[in-house]
Amino acid sequence: MLNRTRRFATISAIGLTAALALSACTAPADDPGTDSPDELTPIKLQLQWLPQGQFAGYFAAQEQGFFEEAGLEVEIIPSGGDIVPQDALANGDVDYAIAWVPKVLGSIEVGANVTNIAQIFQRSGTLQVAWADSGIDSVADFEGKKIGSWGFGNEWEIFAAMAAEGLDSTTVEIITQDFNMNAFLSGDIDAAQAMTYNEYAQVLESVNPDTGELYTADDLNVISYEETVGAMLQDAIWADTDRLESDTEYQETTVAFLKAVIKGWVFAAENPEEAAQITIDAGSGWGPSHELWMVNETNKLIWPAPNGIGYIDETAFADTVAAALSAVNETGASLITAEPPATAFTNEYIERALAELEAEGFDITGDSFSPIDVELLEGGN
Amino acid sequence: MTDAATLLAPPRRRHAGQGARLRAACYGLLGILTLAAVWELYKGLGPVDGLVVGDIRVLPRTSDLAMPHVWDMIARLFEPVTRAEGARVLWLEIVLAAGLTLGIAAAGWVVGVIVGMAFALIMQRWILAESALLPWIVLSQTVPLIAFAPLVKSWGSRIEIGAFEWQDWMSVAVIASYLAFFPVAVGALKGLQSPDRLHLELLHTYSAGWWPTMLHLRLPAAVPYLLPALRLAAANAVVGAVVAEVSTGLQGGIGRLVIQYAGQASGDPAKAWAPIFGAIALGLIAAGSVALLGLLVKDYRRTEGAA
Repeated sequence: MLNRTRRFATISAIGLTAALALSACTAPADDPGTDSPDELTPIKLQLQWLPQGQFAGYFAAQEQGFFEEAGLEVEIIPSGGDIVPQDALANGDVDYAIAWVPKVLGSIEVGANVTNIAQIFQRSGTLQVAWADSGIDSVADFEGKKIGSWGFGNEWEIFAAMAAEGLDSTTVEIITQDFNMNAFLSGDIDAAQAMTYNEYAQVLESVNPDTGELYTADDLNVISYEETVGAMLQDAIWADTDRLESDTEYQETTVAFLKAVIKGWVFAAENPEEAAQITIDAGSGWGPSHELWMVNETNKLIWPAPNGIGYIDETAFADTVAAALSAVNETGASLITAEPPATAFTNEYIERALAELEAEGFDITGDSFSPIDVELLEGGN
Repeated sequence: MTDAATLLAPPRRRHAGQGARLRAACYGLLGILTLAAVWELYKGLGPVDGLVVGDIRVLPRTSDLAMPHVWDMIARLFEPVTRAEGARVLWLEIVLAAGLTLGIAAAGWVVGVIVGMAFALIMQRWILAESALLPWIVLSQTVPLIAFAPLVKSWGSRIEIGAFEWQDWMSVAVIASYLAFFPVAVGALKGLQSPDRLHLELLHTYSAGWWPTMLHLRLPAAVPYLLPALRLAAANAVVGAVVAEVSTGLQGGIGRLVIQYAGQASGDPAKAWAPIFGAIALGLIAAGSVALLGLLVKDYRRTEGAA
């Protein structure tokens, strides 16, 4: 008995010692790295999906060394299914995040303290795609149809556009879409949600079993939300509001970061083929023609940017807020119930970045931008 | 020889090793071929648009989009992933991704087994611990992974001890271990409690303490319970790793390929099945490795029966 007690005491003592030793190990973590000017500032950027042409500008800025020139060591973090960029940012896991404006407005309303510092996409790239013979030519035709949507905050433009036509979610059947267009191709969905740069191309690179050829744009009716009042701002760069207000180093880093990002997007506009290859090398699994299509279509959403790339147009932002206020989804939930706080966006940093780049001779409005023609091959290959 | 007869004659079974193994392999192959045949048979005979009763689909579609031909799926494995220069052949890409996931799952399995064993030992030692911990251990498995995964990743990104920095794969391994520890904890506890009163009292008369009793009686007695638990843990670790990869957005593993290729399934339907085959192979390899482990402790498996 005595033996057993003693042995237990010994084991406990070892355990305690180990715990103490481990906790002692954590102490040096606070040890600050040397602040020499040559040292790069580590930055984490959270994307909202897998690496793909939609984010070509960030990968280009990385690969072309624009981040490094700006004194930044940027880690680009892709998202999978469950990492919500604005949450990762609000939690302090990352320094900047890429996310759609309406989704973040919803997060802000429930307490996320983040600020839009650059509206990279000036236009909405969301489409609703139907067959040419379906009789669905506009949002008003949705009534009684099976409408596809990805959910997870990607559906608000649909409901905002429908609200403007006097339709609510009970007048249509909302069908949750997968990662691909199979449900549309099989006829489970009358009008499928599609991004110009991705799912629309997925249809165009699929074989029509009736003809044995790829589907063409003539087979499809395309409704662009950009032309409806449901249009909402999409990819924007978000920063931590508190750090923007109190942390001068973060403010400087933000300007440097934005400058490098813009250089990346200018590079993507001027060299779409190279940007597509950079994105593939960064881990995107799309075939070359799909990737190039993606970069090209993404460029069209960014350029031309009359006020300069990333500048947040107050009217467009207000329109997005108004659309978000009007939208009610199929469960009866609203995206937001009140106007967002003034901290929801600021042009302070993008203006500084744009002014500095303009002085350096960069084309920040994309006046010279012209998209290329991309031929999609079967399977995006 | 019928199954029952095989079971009743353990010595013969041991001698028949070579032949039995060959026969088992043949049966395994036959199973795969049957599955392929059933797939093609249904694809050939089933309704193209499937069958929908009311709002519920009872039979899947048989179109090439929904069910590619078996030979198309196999042929696709030997084509490059994409047309891009330097693209690997698809099966190699799958093997590499599966290897990464297997490594992470193995790490998760080891952690899960250690934690599970520790819980079992604690619960066996103190009856109070059993009543306090067991309900929580059961409850732990009801937490949905999609809620749990971002939390683990978020906690992990804050851990930095000296030169050690938390890697993303570790978040995935932690989630895998979270699923793996459960069967071990429950199975091992059951096993540790399995010795007969007779044997326990015998050791008591030898005035053997808790530790000798554990070493000479309880642990050997637990082996038949532990092996199936370890196999379950291996399968859980693989599932956990694949799901957590998708959830946290880890690059390079089979989970990532599953969603990446699912996005390409409209234009390239056969490609989307490749990572699924990879995931199946992964589960088989993981469970098979544990079976190998069972050979090491075969002397203790007398009571295990058919398992």
